[in-house]
Amino acid sequence: MATAFFVIVAFMLIVYSVLDGFDLGVGAIHWLVGHTREERRVVISAIGPVWDGNEVWLIAAGGTLYFAFPALYASSFSGFYLPLTMVLWLLMLRGISIEVRSHVNDPLWHGLYDFVFTLSGALLTIFLGAALGNVIRGVPLNADGYFFEPLWTNFRITGRVGILDWYTLLIGLMSFVTLANHGAHWLALKTEEPLRERARRLGARLWWLVAILTVVGFFATVWVRPIILESYLTPGWGWLIPVVALGGLGGMALFGARQKDLAAFISSSLYIAGMLGGVAFGMYPTLLPATTDPAYSLTVANSATGAYGLRVGLIWWIFSALLVIGYFCYVYWMFRHRVNVAAGASH
Amino acid sequence: MDSALVVDRLQFAFTITYHYLFPQLTMGLALLILVLKTVAIRTGDDRYNDSARFWARIFGINFVFGVVTGIPMEFQFGTNWAAFSRYAGGVIGQTLAMEGMFAFFLESAFLGLFLFGERRLGPRGHWVAAFLVFLGSWLSGYFIVVTDAWMQHPVAHQVMPDGSVQLSSFAALLGNPWGLWQYAHTMSGAAITGSVVMASVGAFYVLSGRAAEHGRLFLKVGVIAGLAFSILQLFPTGDRQGKMVAEYQPVTLAAMEAVFTTGPGVPLVIIGQPNMSDRSMDNAISVPNMLSFLTYRRWDATVQGLDAFPTDTWPDNVPLLYYAYHIMVGLGTIMIAILVVSTLLLLRGKLATSRWMLWMLMLMLPFPYIANTAGWLTAEIGRQPWLVYGLMRTSNGISPEVSAGNGLFTLLGFMGMYTILTILFLFLIYREIEHGPAKPAPSVAY
Repeated sequence: MATAFFVIVAFMLIVYSVLDGFDLGVGAIHWLVGHTREERRVVISAIGPVWDGNEVWLIAAGGTLYFAFPALYASSFSGFYLPLTMVLWLLMLRGISIEVRSHVNDPLWHGLYDFVFTLSGALLTIFLGAALGNVIRGVPLNADGYFFEPLWTNFRITGRVGILDWYTLLIGLMSFVTLANHGAHWLALKTEEPLRERARRLGARLWWLVAILTVVGFFATVWVRPIILESYLTPGWGWLIPVVALGGLGGMALFGARQKDLAAFISSSLYIAGMLGGVAFGMYPTLLPATTDPAYSLTVANSATGAYGLRVGLIWWIFSALLVIGYFCYVYWMFRHRVNVAAGASH
Repeated sequence: MDSALVVDRLQFAFTITYHYLFPQLTMGLALLILVLKTVAIRTGDDRYNDSARFWARIFGINFVFGVVTGIPMEFQFGTNWAAFSRYAGGVIGQTLAMEGMFAFFLESAFLGLFLFGERRLGPRGHWVAAFLVFLGSWLSGYFIVVTDAWMQHPVAHQVMPDGSVQLSSFAALLGNPWGLWQYAHTMSGAAITGSVVMASVGAFYVLSGRAAEHGRLFLKVGVIAGLAFSILQLFPTGDRQGKMVAEYQPVTLAAMEAVFTTGPGVPLVIIGQPNMSDRSMDNAISVPNMLSFLTYRRWDATVQGLDAFPTDTWPDNVPLLYYAYHIMVGLGTIMIAILVVSTLLLLRGKLATSRWMLWMLMLMLPFPYIANTAGWLTAEIGRQPWLVYGLMRTSNGISPEVSAGNGLFTLLGFMGMYTILTILFLFLIYREIEHGPAKPAPSVAY
């Protein structure tokens, strides 16, 4: 039953990364794609109707993690105290910048919120990537299951580790490039010329970086946590997940070159889902490894709440997830057209 | 007292108090906008549609600020209250996760259509969007109140081998009797905020002569709804809430009323200052035997004072609890009085010309905000020294590895950020009020 919730939470975080990932990625490349004030309005209107719902996946995943694995929630959120608070501030600034920009029609006002939007989006991609890096590398858990990490120490992955080291920075960079690329594919899908052309070109260029970082990230991850590779060496269906990621990577190049924007965006989504799913599969049943003593690691077995809570949780979760899928289909269907410079409001 | 505990408590109190300034208006307005839209469809009167659109714009701004200030709430359970989360996450996490899955997704999906989709959806489709946003926001309120109710009156749990609690009955958690009355009381309070803000803005438009016609409509809807909900706030919801406190948290009731000594025929103190060193009431103005009557319906009934309970179970700040509770009750009473007189004037068709009454309504704007805030302070300070009543003390709930300095740094960060947000919020609201309800929307969606 706890394993079901491992899958559910991983699924929710992957959906969050794919959906809000393109919002954040659009933020990161906001100034590169939109050159004029009006073009930047169009860039924001390409995520305007969906960003809030996308962000809810993070809140809902947090809530689900909270009740299914309370010990993990308590340990990780308090251990990442400062960076997580900064993530909160950045999420607040991101939301404000999207929603407040249109209220005043003035170049300085728009410039201010364009700046806040792109800065918060770019930093969030790096922070979230670094957070993932920490979960893979492990944290200095004590016997009570708590830790507190400084922002950085000596940038090594052993001994007294910090939030930032060479590995977590690498994953942060990988997240930044991957989501910027993902955002470019979303903009290519949702906008018209000249924005579409710029977004496509940017996506094509970023692809090379994504490909290089995929290889580097793979070897670094296997070096940092060899167990991830070992999980795939046992017989089973696990190898399908990296195949999905590689297929997505190939699909981005293939469909990007043929200007099939929807297929390229779906490929990018599959790439992200495959990469994150691959990590989750490789880590199972560990949720948060300890760098101190492997016995202190938080696992599915030692972090989950009681069986009754998980059972009822699963029932209502499936019911609510069906509703949510319905809402998302409806909203994305209502918002299926491209946004352009000529039209005023995007709805 | 350990300073990390003080900082963690202050940060949660500050961020939740600030956050709740926005949802109380959006939950109240969601209901009133639905009423305006229903009347518009029934009568075809366009002023009701204009009004619904104007209030939807106010709603939209408030909603954004509610969303961004709401994100830190769930996260703080983990960042600052890790020991509590580890202990109780298996129970309260259920309702917090349900809020995300059932309420936030619903709201976020239909908010955009509600705010910007009127032309596309048509009148009936748009009514449905407004209804779904209303449903989402009121559901969200339910899951949060039921979470708090579990901390006030923990039901439906059993202790696990490692000392933490797990859920034992889903139905009992959602049907917590404390939660049902607390929910009714909270939502009625939110409806009062929506109504009073509407009446107050209406009074401003009539007094300033800017949009007098719409202003009169706001006055009518705001005053009638405000009166109805402020009476519901007193009876039955406030009354039943008080009975819950008397039954399950008798020491809290004694502290709310600052009754230090047990005895028969206890007076109700209207104004006074609890003196903690003498354990007495300074400069008390009181009604003899009234508290005995209100609590037990007998003039000479014995009411338990604080002396009947061990001091380590007393709420740790009796004067603050006493002030918060009395401010809530006092403002509630004043609001009922103003709204009764306003309704009488309205029924005689004289409200729009009674300038003194319009002034009073306009200046009443902060009252529901203060009363709702004071009400929540009463509930949460009254729960002390417990984090989960009778089960876990607040001092045992904080994150063991987060130092006071880190907590203070983020608390000051939140204060700075919220100061900027306040200025931004007031600026945006000022522009909408200035623009008024008569003209079409001043800005595009994005």
